[in-house]
Amino acid sequence: MSEQNIYLPYLMTIDKIINEAPGVRTFRLKFQNEEEADAFNFKAGQFGEYSAFGEGESTFCIASSPTRKGYIECTFRETGRVTTGLSKLEEGSTMGFRGPFGNTFPIDEWKGKNLVFIAGGIALPPMRCVIWNSLDLRENFKDITIVYGAKSVNDLVYKHELNEWEERPDVNLVTTVDPGGETPDWKGEIGFVPAIVEKVAPSPENTIVIVCGPPIMIKFTFPVLAKLGFKDDQIYTTLENRMKCGVGKCGRCNVGKLYVCKDGPVFSKKQLNSIPAEEY
Amino acid sequence: MEIKYISKEGLNEWFSQIVKSGKRVYAPVRERGQVEFKRVQALSEVAEDYIQTTQSIKSSVFPRAEVLFSFEKENGKVAVEDFNPDAVKETVLWKVHPCDAAGFKPLTAIFNWDYKDKLYNTHLEKTTLVTFSCAKADNSCFCTSVNGGPGNTAGSDVQLTMMPEGGAIVEILTPKGEALIQLAVSAFEKDKGEDKSKYLVDVPKVFDVEEIKARLATAFDSPVWKEQSERCLGCGACAFVCPTCACFDIQEDAHGSKGKRIRCWDACGFSLFTLHTSGHNPRAVQSQRWRQRILHKFSYMPDRLSVLGCTGCGRCSRACPVDMNILEHLISIAKK
Amino acid sequence: MDKLRERAAALLADGTVALVIGYEEGTNKPRPLFCHTAEDAGKLIYDSRCINNLAVYLTKKELMGTEKVAITATIPVLRSILQLSVENQLNEEKILVITVTEQGELKEFAGFAEIESYIADFQLKLSGKEQEIIEKLEGMTREERFEFWMKELSHCFKCYACRAACPLCYCTKCIVEENRPQWINPWAAPLANIEWHINRAMHMAGRCIGCGACGDACPLGIPIQLLTRKMMEDLGPEFGFVPGQPSKNGNALSTWKADDKENFIR
Repeated sequence: MSEQNIYLPYLMTIDKIINEAPGVRTFRLKFQNEEEADAFNFKAGQFGEYSAFGEGESTFCIASSPTRKGYIECTFRETGRVTTGLSKLEEGSTMGFRGPFGNTFPIDEWKGKNLVFIAGGIALPPMRCVIWNSLDLRENFKDITIVYGAKSVNDLVYKHELNEWEERPDVNLVTTVDPGGETPDWKGEIGFVPAIVEKVAPSPENTIVIVCGPPIMIKFTFPVLAKLGFKDDQIYTTLENRMKCGVGKCGRCNVGKLYVCKDGPVFSKKQLNSIPAEEY
Repeated sequence: MEIKYISKEGLNEWFSQIVKSGKRVYAPVRERGQVEFKRVQALSEVAEDYIQTTQSIKSSVFPRAEVLFSFEKENGKVAVEDFNPDAVKETVLWKVHPCDAAGFKPLTAIFNWDYKDKLYNTHLEKTTLVTFSCAKADNSCFCTSVNGGPGNTAGSDVQLTMMPEGGAIVEILTPKGEALIQLAVSAFEKDKGEDKSKYLVDVPKVFDVEEIKARLATAFDSPVWKEQSERCLGCGACAFVCPTCACFDIQEDAHGSKGKRIRCWDACGFSLFTLHTSGHNPRAVQSQRWRQRILHKFSYMPDRLSVLGCTGCGRCSRACPVDMNILEHLISIAKK
Repeated sequence: MDKLRERAAALLADGTVALVIGYEEGTNKPRPLFCHTAEDAGKLIYDSRCINNLAVYLTKKELMGTEKVAITATIPVLRSILQLSVENQLNEEKILVITVTEQGELKEFAGFAEIESYIADFQLKLSGKEQEIIEKLEGMTREERFEFWMKELSHCFKCYACRAACPLCYCTKCIVEENRPQWINPWAAPLANIEWHINRAMHMAGRCIGCGACGDACPLGIPIQLLTRKMMEDLGPEFGFVPGQPSKNGNALSTWKADDKENFIR
């Protein structure tokens, strides 16, 4: 068989649309071609290029877990031309997907460990994949803690899943909103994510922490984790530099000599130390 | 490799046979005060007496704008039409300089890094390179400092070294080159045993690229980037004339229900190249972008793809509106 | 030249300015120079070969900083400074403008108003070669002219050196980068190139000061400066400005007045 055109997307049908928060939607996508669906495989942490035909492509992590077969999900905020174009699509319509690209969370190496997930705002989607992946293999891990914060109650995504995690006895979920973002009946924490992490104070003993959020949140969370005694090789994050091709050619996503699309998007804090922080 | 000789008349005969074969022939042509590669029909159209074409020949394999695929939407459904490799024509690139031919190696490394780029590879497969060794150079040329040279045959299918009487030494370097010779085999004569090196220009080696690579490994935070880039205007002239720059953008050309996805040239020097939708820009100032250009070519590419991202053609220096002379900058890095 | 170097060195040494923007010898012709120390000032030159429009750097935040900057200004640079000032892009307090008169004397301007009276004596002239092309173009039919520009602009590969070299193209996000909607197709192709260059000319209408930096910067030798030059000459009488002098009546693209004589917009 001749070489495939790596820029040609899979045709996907939007099976389900969930409105998560103002401007934020989750799409459940199914392959239109059965052979492609059968051959498709991915792992937690990988990303793809999603396209609205007529508008272009945008990069998001795959937000569903590889343990859930038959579909993939993506969650995005309506911001630019492509995400606005995607937002106009309805259930049943066709969009494009290229992927999976990039590396994965080393979830197999985390067996027998405690996991702490820390996410801010629209950065929960890239982590949702690995959260569900761990929860679906729950017996492989010890304590699972999720710290999730957003600007306001309204901005929290995956509200139905947050409820599910809240109710599960085997998950310690801590939600927080920025001061002023609470509603009268808000029962979670009030404060910025780094401060809440300090308050929750997870033990570094036999623990892996996965942080994902806006650069400013990450910048202030790392020192808190260091203070709590976490070593750099216990901390993981996923970077979201601007990309076009997703496959190491278009030249946008370098951070130093590393390419977020090929060497990442998942990096340990230890790896990040070797690349220039100003470039992500 | 086989060496032959071709006379001036033989060259004319061979060229016309190539054109007659139906292959498209691109060669340097002087027009509007510039010399650029253009499609030609006769050897007489080909420019003489110039140092370099303004633009490199990379557009033959990586066009300025190229359709990746096209699509049509109907009632929420989409039908796509893939890139068709059969539509790409056999092409001969005539009178390419060795520094341009050398540029195909880094381009191939980028476009085939794990994921194979079908479009690039199709163009490359259907391209035959007839290079001419260099008898002339200017003060922007530095091929010998980046592992090249005026008679370097890397990337060439056939290399000609012109002799004063109008004939040429012909080096047949690949099966593709051999096939091109076969189009007019009688036009070629036996090798006269002449040493081609005496017809080559002397391009002095001015820096040690290994030394530059070693220095760049720890130069990320050096003040040199700010110093060198103060006058840089942030345009894409250097990247667009470069034989190895391959940064691109993917854009949508849509009209109603029909559209095309297009790959087009982009440049790391542009201020919005790395801008995130959030407004955050990891390379917000020109010094960061200049550093990316140099490190990418002389440090990241050698590290990751085992190939230098520069062939010493000097085009960027010639094209720069504010004389960002890359050779001068590299020498100053080597001295730091 | 010695006087300029001495003065620049003194300004840097006593801290009057933190930076002097001028010219130095380059590879084959002069190029912009940024002097941060009195020692750097020794490299300054100033002669008729100095054609880069240095005013382009006066709107770059990363270069300008918070301290005072001196600039050695040729006539086109002076014109650019005035136009930038009309458009509220410069802080007069932070810029010391120095020129060298035709008599070879150093002249430091007390303020932008003084530049205006100085510049009034200099007529904007086209070079002989440019005049020749303009006359040739004016002699063509509309179709021939269109063909001329289609052919010239088909060479454009959208490196945007024209935009980067223009002191009046200071927008942080250019219309060509705007994608909602996509006003101009960003790739290089004959039609998409025309879209870009017509837009550039329109945005420069009544603002271009005729320095020709865009054309000088074009690596592909497209005479794009003629588009804005011609625009300037055609618009001058209509909008009440003299080519080469700052246009205080606003730019032609975005200015509307109740007493405009055209009534298509009413």
